[in-house]
Amino acid sequence: MSPEAFPVIAATGLRKSFGDVVALDGFDLEVPRGGILGLLGPSGCGKTTALRVIAGFETPDAGSVTLDGEPAVGPGVWVPPEKRRVGMVFQDFALFPHMTVADNIGYGLRSGSSRRVDEVLELVGLAGLGSRMPHELSGGEQQRVALARALAPKPRVVLLDGPFSNLDAPQRDRVRREVRTILVEARASAVFVTHDQEEALAMSDKVAVMKDGRVLQIASPHDVYHHPVDCWVARFLGEGELVPGTASGAKVETLLGTFRLAEPANGPVEVIIRPEVVRLYPDAGGPVTVVDREFYGHDQLITLELADGRRLLSRTKPNPAFAVGDRVRVEVDEVMAFPEHGHV
Amino acid sequence: MIERPVPVLEAPLEPAAPAGRPTRVRPPWFLWVAGIAVLVPVALPLLLMAGRVIGAGSQSWNLLFSARTLELLVQTLVLTVAVTASALVVGVATAWLTVRTDLRARRVWSVLAALPLVIPSYVLALVFLSAFGVDGVVTRLFSSFGVESIPAASGSIGAWGSLTIATYPFVHLIASSALRRVDHGLEEAARGLGAGPWRAFRTVTLPQLRPSLAAAGLLVALYALSDFGAVSLMRFDSFTRVIYAQYQGRVDRTPAAVLAAVLVVIVIAILWIEHRTRGRARYITERTPSPPKQVRLGGGAKTAAVAFLSALITVGLVLPVTVLVLWLGRGLENGEPLDVAWRAAGGSLWVSVVAALVAMAAAIPVAVLVVRHRSKASVALDRAVHGVFALPHITVALAMVYFAVNYLTPLYQGFTLLIITYVALFLPQASGAARGALERVDPHIEEAARGLGRSPFGVLTSITVPLMAKGLVAGGALVFLTTMKELPATLLLRPTGFDTLAVEIWSAASEGFFARAAAPALLLVAVSAVPMYFLVTRTYES
Repeated sequence: MSPEAFPVIAATGLRKSFGDVVALDGFDLEVPRGGILGLLGPSGCGKTTALRVIAGFETPDAGSVTLDGEPAVGPGVWVPPEKRRVGMVFQDFALFPHMTVADNIGYGLRSGSSRRVDEVLELVGLAGLGSRMPHELSGGEQQRVALARALAPKPRVVLLDGPFSNLDAPQRDRVRREVRTILVEARASAVFVTHDQEEALAMSDKVAVMKDGRVLQIASPHDVYHHPVDCWVARFLGEGELVPGTASGAKVETLLGTFRLAEPANGPVEVIIRPEVVRLYPDAGGPVTVVDREFYGHDQLITLELADGRRLLSRTKPNPAFAVGDRVRVEVDEVMAFPEHGHV
Repeated sequence: MIERPVPVLEAPLEPAAPAGRPTRVRPPWFLWVAGIAVLVPVALPLLLMAGRVIGAGSQSWNLLFSARTLELLVQTLVLTVAVTASALVVGVATAWLTVRTDLRARRVWSVLAALPLVIPSYVLALVFLSAFGVDGVVTRLFSSFGVESIPAASGSIGAWGSLTIATYPFVHLIASSALRRVDHGLEEAARGLGAGPWRAFRTVTLPQLRPSLAAAGLLVALYALSDFGAVSLMRFDSFTRVIYAQYQGRVDRTPAAVLAAVLVVIVIAILWIEHRTRGRARYITERTPSPPKQVRLGGGAKTAAVAFLSALITVGLVLPVTVLVLWLGRGLENGEPLDVAWRAAGGSLWVSVVAALVAMAAAIPVAVLVVRHRSKASVALDRAVHGVFALPHITVALAMVYFAVNYLTPLYQGFTLLIITYVALFLPQASGAARGALERVDPHIEEAARGLGRSPFGVLTSITVPLMAKGLVAGGALVFLTTMKELPATLLLRPTGFDTLAVEIWSAASEGFFARAAAPALLLVAVSAVPMYFLVTRTYES
């Protein structure tokens, strides 16, 4: 079969511990060809270890990895990193400080492939900067050199380890967009690691959510946000108030009232109310009080206190109508419910 | 003559930058092959000699427990302790005066106080012997003031004096850099809690200096214990002198080997003591230390301080250089030929350059293994290399002679063995510097190179070695410097008819031709001064 028939990366049952710390614990992941997969999880969940095992910088204690269907590591198999054709972009960029930008990019190529170097420099928008030294570039430019260096040998997949965490906030969004454009233009398959859910949702064609060394869910950004597999994934991907409730079909009854369910359920459930589904109406006699208001410009996050002292968040348009102390009435759109089994 | 200055100068208060996570993938085979290729010539001769000492049985034991050995042991230990104590006192005093007080031209004094480092201890001994001798410069100076007799600088007093002058600069440099890095915010915190200045110094500052002082004391103690040239010229019977005499005078070399083994045991004991002194506390502060406040000295104290520093520098630097220049002048007047000195300088240069290059090459696998592939085995390799460094040169040289004579006769009295010995003695200077440089290189950089398709060997040559090149070169310079000055191993192992500056100085001095020693000694000082200048100024920059 041609390699196209296989996923670019297939990791099965990976296990890896460092002393007492278990980094990977039955890690399974299939990365489809083309497109960007975001590997999302809290810090310490094993994301980086997973990338390093795939790239060949760590050996797993158990499990296997195939690249384009060829075994890379597994029982009796070990392909060294330089033979895997996997491009890696490190969090700290790891540019060779003693080489020019062009030499950095040409490092993975056969000597004399200066055409490809120029081509890649062009691709990342750094044409003409080939003779600079890495330390003469800004953080964002260094990022693009690291990416260019990884892309130059045309790897089967590019792995990016926390690629934006070394950049400061104003740069980050712009660089993120640039990197996405470059990867799409290069038609590269890519996996990037992040602990920032916004980043994962914005950058990825698919998101794999990780916790405690294993993947809990792989789906499109829309689906992981709106159809999380469990309560933990739901809360990791977005804010939301958690309340117990009892579901019957399309409705769920909670202490805060009865709400419509996005997907029907039955029995005791945990209900998550995302701030964006909580709508507010000014109502001097309303049962709910505004206790805090965080203004973000494009929207605002309002903390509400219910009659019984419970709190609820609401994300609304940047409407100055609601001030701390105001009374309001609340309407809630669809909510998510998960069977109770102690995921939180 | 042990010279092991600089890696230690930086060690005590400067933690290496975090190396990141070391690669957990097995080290490539060629690194281990190279590591073992380094280890075998360094360690095997010593093991063989140990075997010989034990194998000699009752003969060894009789010698070991003789009254003569006990006497030697006591004498050597007394000298070692005396030199360590005086060097610590003098070095801490000069450091404190030039770092923490408002003395004028403190930096100049500080550099001057470090300079006696360029004069090997045997040259100091030679100068003192003559200057304080019957018709010496100092004796005549004093008698012109009406002082009839001054203590002769020979025997135990002479050995103690010249070794103290030779070693206090180590303490001065280490203590200065430690004093500069002490967190004075802590001192102020102690003052704020009601402690007086003296109590704050004693309970807060001094404990912060402790690891540095322990390291400096270790350095001095090992130096004094291993010194061969100064004690021999002073005719002071310490272990090294007697070992050499035994070796020269007898066909049976077992007695020399047994005494050398005792010396090794003392070294191990000293290392253990230093390890215990270090304690368990962490002394390195994570935060940036606040700048030190200068202590104001009164007028009288200032005069005394200047007098003390001047006297020290006069004895340790001005007097030796003056005497050597005078001798050289006298020698030239008498038609003393210079070509011997030039030839010896050529010999010194040649072996020192080769030793430095080989040590740099050997340092690469040692440094890469211990930094990038840290394991029990790689740490053991590093320790073994450092262990040999702590041993007296005469012991290592004896082991090499024994090894060559019994197992590889063609090597005996050849350049190969001489170079191997130098590398065994000085490798840690190169590997330590290389290691420091490598620890500052992010391991991701090497992984990135691997990921781009290079083999481990390709990564080593295109990334790792270029990035640690600066450290390697600095380490090589140190090896060059210490090889230039090396005396006992050179005496034992040099090919017949091969002369170095150190050997030339030694043979002229031991035959009493002081004037003939002047030219090679001045050349040696001049050659040492250049790298020493950079090393000293570098410690001031940091």
